Amino acid sequence: MPHFPNKEEKIHRSAKQDLFQAPDFYAIDDLLSEEHKLIRDSVRDWVKKDVSPIIEDCAQRNIFPRHIIKGMADAGAFGPQLPAEYGCGGLDYIAYGLIMQEIERGDSGMRSTASVQGSLVMYPIYKFGSEEQRKKYLPKLASGEMMGCFGLTEPDHGSNPAGMVTHFKDMGDHYLLNGAKMWISNAPFADIAVVWAKNEEGKVRGLIVERGMEGFTTPETHNKWSLRASATGELVFDNVRVPKENLLPGVEGLKGPLTCLNSARYGISWGVIGAAMDCYDSAVRYSKERHQFGRPIGGFQLQQKKLAEMLTEITKAQLLCWRLGHLMNEGKATPAQISLAKRNNVDMALHIAREARQMHGGMGITGEYPLMRHMMNLESVITYEGTHDIHLLILGMEITGENAFV
Amino acid sequence: MSVVPDTTTKVTFTDNNTKFNTAGVQYIINPYDEMSLTRALELTEAQGGTVTVIHVGLADSEPSVRKALAIGAHEAVRINAEASDATLVAKEIANWAADKEFDLILTGRESIDYNGGMTGGLLAAHLGLPFVNVVSKLDINGGEATAVRDIDGGKETVQVMLPFVASAQKDLTEPRIPNMRGIMAARSKPLTVVDPGGASAKGQHQSYEMPPAKGAVQLIEPDNAAELISILHNEAKVI
Ligand SMILES: Cc1cc2nc3c(=O)[nH]c(=O)nc-3n(C[C@H](O)[C@H](O)[C@H](O)COP(=O)(O)OP(=O)(O)OC[C@H]3O[C@@H](n4cnc5c(N)ncnc54)[C@H](O)[C@@H]3O)c2cc1C
Repeated sequence: MPHFPNKEEKIHRSAKQDLFQAPDFYAIDDLLSEEHKLIRDSVRDWVKKDVSPIIEDCAQRNIFPRHIIKGMADAGAFGPQLPAEYGCGGLDYIAYGLIMQEIERGDSGMRSTASVQGSLVMYPIYKFGSEEQRKKYLPKLASGEMMGCFGLTEPDHGSNPAGMVTHFKDMGDHYLLNGAKMWISNAPFADIAVVWAKNEEGKVRGLIVERGMEGFTTPETHNKWSLRASATGELVFDNVRVPKENLLPGVEGLKGPLTCLNSARYGISWGVIGAAMDCYDSAVRYSKERHQFGRPIGGFQLQQKKLAEMLTEITKAQLLCWRLGHLMNEGKATPAQISLAKRNNVDMALHIAREARQMHGGMGITGEYPLMRHMMNLESVITYEGTHDIHLLILGMEITGENAFV
Repeated sequence: MSVVPDTTTKVTFTDNNTKFNTAGVQYIINPYDEMSLTRALELTEAQGGTVTVIHVGLADSEPSVRKALAIGAHEAVRINAEASDATLVAKEIANWAADKEFDLILTGRESIDYNGGMTGGLLAAHLGLPFVNVVSKLDINGGEATAVRDIDGGKETVQVMLPFVASAQKDLTEPRIPNMRGIMAARSKPLTVVDPGGASAKGQHQSYEMPPAKGAVQLIEPDNAAELISILHNEAKVI
């Protein structure tokens, strides 16, 4: 059974105030519109009010805080880049990135829920779905009334999704779906799943599978040390009858899921800046407060080196994302450019989380500070949506024209 | 509604300590005004009516006015004058509001920049309306309002007929954060800029100075009273 809080199990609200202040060393705010800043600051305020006080308890006890879905939807986290006519934000990719940044500043697990919903469920329905499918699902997904998940990875096919074995047969008036997906974010509570499976000709197609369809189950994955406030599970299809109108008509082949991943990976490149900024902010504050050998630890060169390098890397990542956002807005961003940003920024954030954790000494391993949580979360982020190595291979192929995957 | 430096601003001065240094300062809606705005929205949502935000200030404060619209105000008016002191601000608002027949005008108890706390009272006087200061609870029933205000050492509950002016204290309500829908709606809400009526400031800032730096703090374990006494006696020489 998925682990959701019931009335008996109250989530503890921490009284500790979230004092986060974002570094903006290169005045990148000047490159944003007033509306971008308003959106960013509003999400930041919402995270401070509704996410920061509960996230540590949720992560420690492995609870997905289902009650904040509504707040996330109100903040615009679900498909902000999709058109307003379907109940979405109709915003640009910079706004989308900023929203992901602020949510991940709170927690990568929360951002994962938003990424999956917006980029991996709503986006394919918008891009490859029929008008009926768009109208049926998008407004409810945007408002959080309906939640979705995205099933690509399988137990034996992770980095190599082309090898997938999940498949469906045309039975005349419906499709019969069989197989299993693994590591699926939001699976335990999702109302619908966008599932990628092979048809009888071996072509990958997208199907919308709804909770309640016979033979469809979503067992939860337990004992994660990472993304503990996000629910992960399997999708098991045992002779599931899927109505024909649930096939996404607009795409065939791996291009379908990979297009969604591009959008999500773009959001991750921004999101992890949030996690990195949170670690940096905590480290700066701690370096001024914590005294050893009669002075603040921030006075020691070794600690200053860490802080200086963190700020350098965050600033570089901010500029990278800002430029990539404009390329996305112009429809010019290439998958390889997105790979570069995802790979660079996740690695940057993970490194900063580790360094910041060390700067907090023993306190850094406790839930008093967000470091260890961010650090463990980022181990998933560096793995999902294409591992660190896989993005390197994508870049390598872009540079040399040689495929080093197989 | 006034627009003030963010509460985390590092305050510094220029021109031989005669001017506040605005370089790099982020501005926010005055927190007490945010509470006024939210309470006004709650009241109109329950009973009908519209909320107009009135701001005296220059164009650079428009992002904050736009935020007020995103929070939910129906329209906004910016009186295009520098808000140099409370006499000017109150007079300008009064000039503009005099013929508008508002049922209720809410201000903050003070702006958190200069903390003058005079605008609401002056405004009520100009308009010839009752003024209820430092209100922490406000309900309206028909043409009459019940307000709880903070007084020295306690609370006072007053009843007042509409229209009136009240100033918000911090418990009035919890300020709202703009949501996506509000931000999108704010794009098309009217923000009207009007010329000032020519009110002039009565005061002038002569100079500023920073409060003296706080001394270092020494922490002593609770069960170590002897050490505390020794420090107070031998080092601080106060006992
Ligand atoms: C918390 C979490 C949530 C997730 N959510 C989702 C989700 O919602 N939907 C979804 O579909 N998936 C999801 N995933 C799955 C994720 O995308 C996969 O874990 C990822 O693609 C890697 O696949 P794998 O785990 O099978 O690792 P493998 O592919 O087995 O990789 C193992 C290692 O081998 C390396 N490797 C693989 N191929 C090569 C190669 N050709 N050359 C060099 N090195 C190689 C990899 O880089 C990695 O280091 C999630 C994963 C996690 C951990």
